[in-house]
Amino acid sequence: MDFLSTVPWARAQFALTAMYHWIFVPLTLGLSFLVAFFESIYVKTGNEEWKKITRFWMTLFGINFAIGVATGIIMEFEFGTNWSNYSWMVGDIFGAPLAVEGIFAFFIEATFFAVMFFGWTRVSKGFHLFSTWMVAVGSNLSALWILIANGWMQFPTGMAFNPDKARFEMQNIWDIFLSPVALSKFVHATSSSFIVSALFVVGISALFLLQGRHLKAAKRSMAVAAVFGLVASLFVIINGDESAYSVAQRQPMKLAAMEGLFDGATRAPLTAIGIINPLKNVGDAGPDFLASVKVPGLLSLLATRQIDGFVPGINDLAYGNPEHKVVGAKQRIANGTLAVKDLARYKETKAKGDTQGATQALASFKTHQNDLGYGYLETPEAAVPPVAATFYSFHLMVILGTLFPLLFLVVLVRLYKGDIEKCTLLNKAAFVALFFGYIASQAGWVLAEVGRQPWAIQDLLPVGVAVTPIASGNVQLTFFIFLVLFSVLLAAEIGIMTRQIKIGPEA
Amino acid sequence: MIGNLDLITLQNIWWLIASVVGSLFLFLTFVQGGQTLLFTTAKDDLEKSLILNSIGRKWELTFTTLVLFGGALFAAFPLFYATSFGGAYWVWMLILFTFVVQAVSFEYRSKPDNLLGAKTYEVFLLLNGSLGLLLIGAAVGTFFTGSRFVLNTYNSVAWQTPVHGLEAALNPFNVSLGLFLVFLARTLGALYLLNNIDYAPLAGRCRRAAWFNFLCSLPFLLGVLGGLLFMDGFAADPATGKIAMESGKYLHNLLAMPVVVLLLLAGLVGVIYGVVSARFLNKECGIWAAGLGTVLVGLAIFSLAGYNGTAFYPSLSDLQSSLTIRNASSSHYTLTAMTYVALAVPFVIAYIWYVWRQMDSRKLSPGELDGEYAKEMY
Repeated sequence: MDFLSTVPWARAQFALTAMYHWIFVPLTLGLSFLVAFFESIYVKTGNEEWKKITRFWMTLFGINFAIGVATGIIMEFEFGTNWSNYSWMVGDIFGAPLAVEGIFAFFIEATFFAVMFFGWTRVSKGFHLFSTWMVAVGSNLSALWILIANGWMQFPTGMAFNPDKARFEMQNIWDIFLSPVALSKFVHATSSSFIVSALFVVGISALFLLQGRHLKAAKRSMAVAAVFGLVASLFVIINGDESAYSVAQRQPMKLAAMEGLFDGATRAPLTAIGIINPLKNVGDAGPDFLASVKVPGLLSLLATRQIDGFVPGINDLAYGNPEHKVVGAKQRIANGTLAVKDLARYKETKAKGDTQGATQALASFKTHQNDLGYGYLETPEAAVPPVAATFYSFHLMVILGTLFPLLFLVVLVRLYKGDIEKCTLLNKAAFVALFFGYIASQAGWVLAEVGRQPWAIQDLLPVGVAVTPIASGNVQLTFFIFLVLFSVLLAAEIGIMTRQIKIGPEA
Repeated sequence: MIGNLDLITLQNIWWLIASVVGSLFLFLTFVQGGQTLLFTTAKDDLEKSLILNSIGRKWELTFTTLVLFGGALFAAFPLFYATSFGGAYWVWMLILFTFVVQAVSFEYRSKPDNLLGAKTYEVFLLLNGSLGLLLIGAAVGTFFTGSRFVLNTYNSVAWQTPVHGLEAALNPFNVSLGLFLVFLARTLGALYLLNNIDYAPLAGRCRRAAWFNFLCSLPFLLGVLGGLLFMDGFAADPATGKIAMESGKYLHNLLAMPVVVLLLLAGLVGVIYGVVSARFLNKECGIWAAGLGTVLVGLAIFSLAGYNGTAFYPSLSDLQSSLTIRNASSSHYTLTAMTYVALAVPFVIAYIWYVWRQMDSRKLSPGELDGEYAKEMY
């Protein structure tokens, strides 16, 4: 049976789960710290107003947390249900961070969550505060481990292929745990999530100011959240530059798609904004953009740290560019095809007891094994991710992300001047920005995951091989079941949240 | 020291670790049992609230233990993870479905504007506590009865039935194990509530519920034990790894591993003592004996499935595709690294225990539900 028709459904179902999950996770990551800040101020000052603020945001945190857990459990097991070949071929490496996540993060969250919500009269004030902090730490530790796993998928390191078992095996756990890509992803994902949470608190507080309700609590919440958001923004800006450089070095095709750069160039310009030419395919002539605003040389500077550096484009990476020593997917597919054949020959000869034949096949395999994954691609064009989705998600994320620190700054200035409740336009903008925070955050993950297609593991394992060999009808059905289920639960969550916000912190 | 362990020892250790986590999950299913008692033991909204607020403080531990069980199997036995989740697709998807709806139900049930109404969330909890556990039992049952799958030379799974795992729920042994888990969870749930709630009318009903559900579990327990003693099993040749059917394999495993017999007997005695002490000796702490007993029974079951040259995930379609702890495990390096990580488990258990004691030093009473912190209650 041909299972290629399963691939888009397996991807769609995983993307659906991941995107729903990521609606709730950023708020969990950041709001947990904000609640810890609020409670710390309460414990320090003894002011009951801060306790009310703490309990109000904690209630919203709990509602959000529950559905985040619900969507999260599916994801862990979807690696097995949707990507069983992946689970076998890289389970030796990928399973470890998931198990560590359970041991070192989930239990912290699960244990101290109960104290945070039900321990007010059962434990001391200090232990309650400690528990609130532990929920924040546990939540963010879980992000660390899953992002280590994701970072490894983007930049596989610390492993070797075992031809006897037909799988990749771990060689150095520290290479995986301390991978610069993983750590960079962690900083970027958590700090951007802090911004989403800060926008949430600032936005809801702005709504209270617009409604003339809970003014004191709103301004206090706003002040803490805006400072938190501004500091997080600095991390995102610094890390964003590092992330772009890292992508350029390790996933040049993704970078080319992010920038809509079809033909490589020295002094490559950075496209600040643009409309991709929808008729242009890989290898076509014609303009890359229908309209664009570019900054000359900036892409070269960001990607190579040199203004004259050469940045390979999509066509260079697909077909090769000998002048700039870029080996294209075309050549790598040829190498990979040999590797696939050699691997099959190795297993066949070994099974027959033909030691000499097996040794020869293995030696030949090793010369091409770095391109093994390409052997499963049919054409160079198959190595190119969806360009428009990658380009627009990247630019949407960057443009929105640039506006948020400005908003935090203005909010802080008006709070300092003491007239923020009179700034109707600013409060309306702050409320609207709440939703833009979610859009930017989702766009970031679309970029990260769509931009690395067709790879489940960068350059090693394409999604077509990683997929579970199961008839697509099964996956289609579960896709729609989860679509309905998650949508209903999201609607319930929004209904409950809205009601709690209407009730407000003074109740 | 860990660095010097050989692969076979590490494989044995990781089967034990996975077994411990799986057995702890079985104990923690008192949460699922409590969820189903909402419909049979609680007589009014107050009692429903008491039950939900009692087990609601532990549901995440159960949930997390299940996730860790999956994570440990993924890390230590990735071929099982790939074969079972990818092959027995529908049974796992349905199990996951019941855990998704459980995760929101505690938090959303009593909140205003929750879209679906409290009753719907209670039905979600019932589904998780009954269907979810039944299917988990059926899935574990296939460790003994086998599944229909074939692995190719690249270890890619091809499931041989169109219902992808649901056929497990048609096997009498698997169903017996599933129903045993459902009634055991209800027994444990009643014992937990008895120990955790200070409300006399509910306490009496919990004592009776523990006894009644334990009696209900007995035929299924006997079915499982009888099956294990007499069924043919899947033996793995320690030298070649070849799989062959062996008459009375699990009985042979019991005889070859006396410690497993002790675990099984001690576990059963623990469960029986826990129930009897609650029903007839007026004790309230039966959950601890029954809980420990459940863990020991779980360890015995998993030991029978995996140790002593046994295929723990047998294939009925192609014997040689069967999974053993030898052929399904991670590499020596990964198991070694993960064993270092596992050193943290006792520390994790210690802080869970400490927090549990802090939180449960005083029983939950009706007064707590409408006090200053009523807003936070489920």
